[in-house]
Amino acid sequence: MAVIGKLDSSNLNGGQKLGLKYFSVAVVLFGAQVLFGLLAGLQFLYPDLLFGVLDFSVNRMVHINAMVVWLLFGFIGSSYWLLEDESGVPVVGLKLGNLGFWILTLAVVVVVLVYLLIQIGDGTHTSIWLINEGREYIEAPRWADIGIVVCVLVFFYNVAATFTKGRFTGVGGVLVLDLVALAGIYLAGMWFTPNISMDQHWWWWVIHLWVEATWEVLVGCLMAYGLMKTLGVRRKIVETWLYIEVALMFGSGILGLGHHYFWIGTPEYWFAIGGFFSALEPVPLVAMVVHAVFDAGHHKLKSTNHPALAWIIAQAFGNFFGAGVWGFMHTLPQINLYTHGTQWTASHGHFAFFGAYVTMVIAFFYIAVQKWRGNVYMSGNIAGGAWKWKWALALLHIGMLAMTMALLISGYEQSHIERAIGGSDWVAYFTAQAHPWFVQGMKWRQIGGWIFAAGFVLLVWDLLTIGKRETRPAQALVQID
Amino acid sequence: MSKEIWWASESFWRKNAIWITAGSFLVLIFLTFDTVSQITAGGKRVPGYSVINHRITYEFDESRNMQVPVIGVEEPLFGQKLTEEEAQALVTRGKLTTQAKNCMNCHTLLGNGAYYAPDLTKSWLDQSWGSKDIREQEMVDFLMNPQDRLHNGLGRRMPNLNITEEEARATIAFLKWMSSIDTNGFPANFVSIDQEN
Repeated sequence: MAVIGKLDSSNLNGGQKLGLKYFSVAVVLFGAQVLFGLLAGLQFLYPDLLFGVLDFSVNRMVHINAMVVWLLFGFIGSSYWLLEDESGVPVVGLKLGNLGFWILTLAVVVVVLVYLLIQIGDGTHTSIWLINEGREYIEAPRWADIGIVVCVLVFFYNVAATFTKGRFTGVGGVLVLDLVALAGIYLAGMWFTPNISMDQHWWWWVIHLWVEATWEVLVGCLMAYGLMKTLGVRRKIVETWLYIEVALMFGSGILGLGHHYFWIGTPEYWFAIGGFFSALEPVPLVAMVVHAVFDAGHHKLKSTNHPALAWIIAQAFGNFFGAGVWGFMHTLPQINLYTHGTQWTASHGHFAFFGAYVTMVIAFFYIAVQKWRGNVYMSGNIAGGAWKWKWALALLHIGMLAMTMALLISGYEQSHIERAIGGSDWVAYFTAQAHPWFVQGMKWRQIGGWIFAAGFVLLVWDLLTIGKRETRPAQALVQID
Repeated sequence: MSKEIWWASESFWRKNAIWITAGSFLVLIFLTFDTVSQITAGGKRVPGYSVINHRITYEFDESRNMQVPVIGVEEPLFGQKLTEEEAQALVTRGKLTTQAKNCMNCHTLLGNGAYYAPDLTKSWLDQSWGSKDIREQEMVDFLMNPQDRLHNGLGRRMPNLNITEEEARATIAFLKWMSSIDTNGFPANFVSIDQEN
């Protein structure tokens, strides 16, 4: 019998051990995202910093790619984590899953090294295959695309085969169908065309349908599992909510794709379709807030894992405000004409990815750490104190909100001076960039970045130490009808 | 909770989730066929690549109440008239160059990308190139050696990306072609370089 409070992998089932590997790489890449974000932010203030060595384009690329990949690692890890619990049987094809993990991790390391050391190539197909595809978010060269698809298929096989062999819960069913979409949609971004309208049309299939549809449904599954694990909410309740969320999420998100089709050469009917459906996209996020907060209240906040529950509640609100409200603010074409491609987008992007996805993956980190330490007590008055996780949560939120608000102010100024008044040419662009209101926003964003980085360091420290001095077992779940 | 209400039941929402998802996806597929046919190069919204043989302007259209690209008199890029195939090859090379040099992680194209440098959608028509007569050479020179050309008061510069003259010319062909795409009036209020003789 394992000792409570001591890190011991014998506390974990096969899927969870593999999930932990994914989580470890995710945390490292999270750190890389923060680091390169800080560098890119600094270059707005000190343009000569690392000029010609690590240019803004490189730092920004690593910043956003590290984010996509670490969240993906977090999602895959979380899915492996819940797989045996949900299905009731050991993971089918676990060895293959482990192999997939190592190949994927190796591919990520090689891609990042090439980004940093080689950076660019000449204007040929070879560069796109080997160095950098040069398309925002999916810059990974084509060889890596193929590797990613193969590894995701292995992951899909593990999940689908395990649920098929064991029991197909509602969470399992939604997860499997969602992963079909996740893997399939990625293929839409894997080809070259000189036609930039066509390029961006399909590129949005990957970016939007991943981020605003399949990823949202995936975190819906994680939310359902998380609430059952931390609060003991009945399966029937979370799964009914999950179906409601899927209906609303896909019902608004699939055609909400149209809000990216206003200005890229696509027809005018997308104004109405994209505007209408994307305006509905916050609705499922309201449902998630109601769901999480109601359940937490119903269970009188008696959770088995306080930090995880706190991050789940943070997810509900962060998703609603970051993805929902911040997206809605500039989704209608009449406004988007002036905000598209300004710091508004950066403000929304930061808040949405953090609120919707980072929060949920961190909740799973805490769920994992608890089990890894022998299902240790992680409710109120934890031995060793709760200040670290509370301060990490606070600093990450304060830092993120500071960045979001600062970028929003810069975005307002840019929309006004560069777009509305200046007419969007080069002189107008630089006039807006030099405006004191814009520069102030960049400074405050940087300060927010440093606060966020401090929160990240504290989070890692806490994840490594929480529950270490605790000897009590986890509180029992209280089932309430 | 002993008696289940139909609209709050699990099975009702499961069916809804399936039907709504499938229905939305079908509508998307239908619209995608139409959109793809409209944005194929050579169509009304996205001109064929040989449009680079012509003058392109961006003018206000009263009926649509927005600015739209207008294809004007013959005005070949670098004074060299190309066939559709030659033009496509050149624009393809230019597009490959923009990808391999990672333009999109500083600039935006059609408004998508990063926000460290200006949008390139109408860069072919930008007044900053001085005059129509020197524009092409100015653009080549800039792309090949941007690092010493401070063009703003911020100190922000474009790094040297080892762009060859051939790549620079191809990139300009791509930019000229891109300026002819009907982007529903994006960017708004844009004032073009004077292209009258």
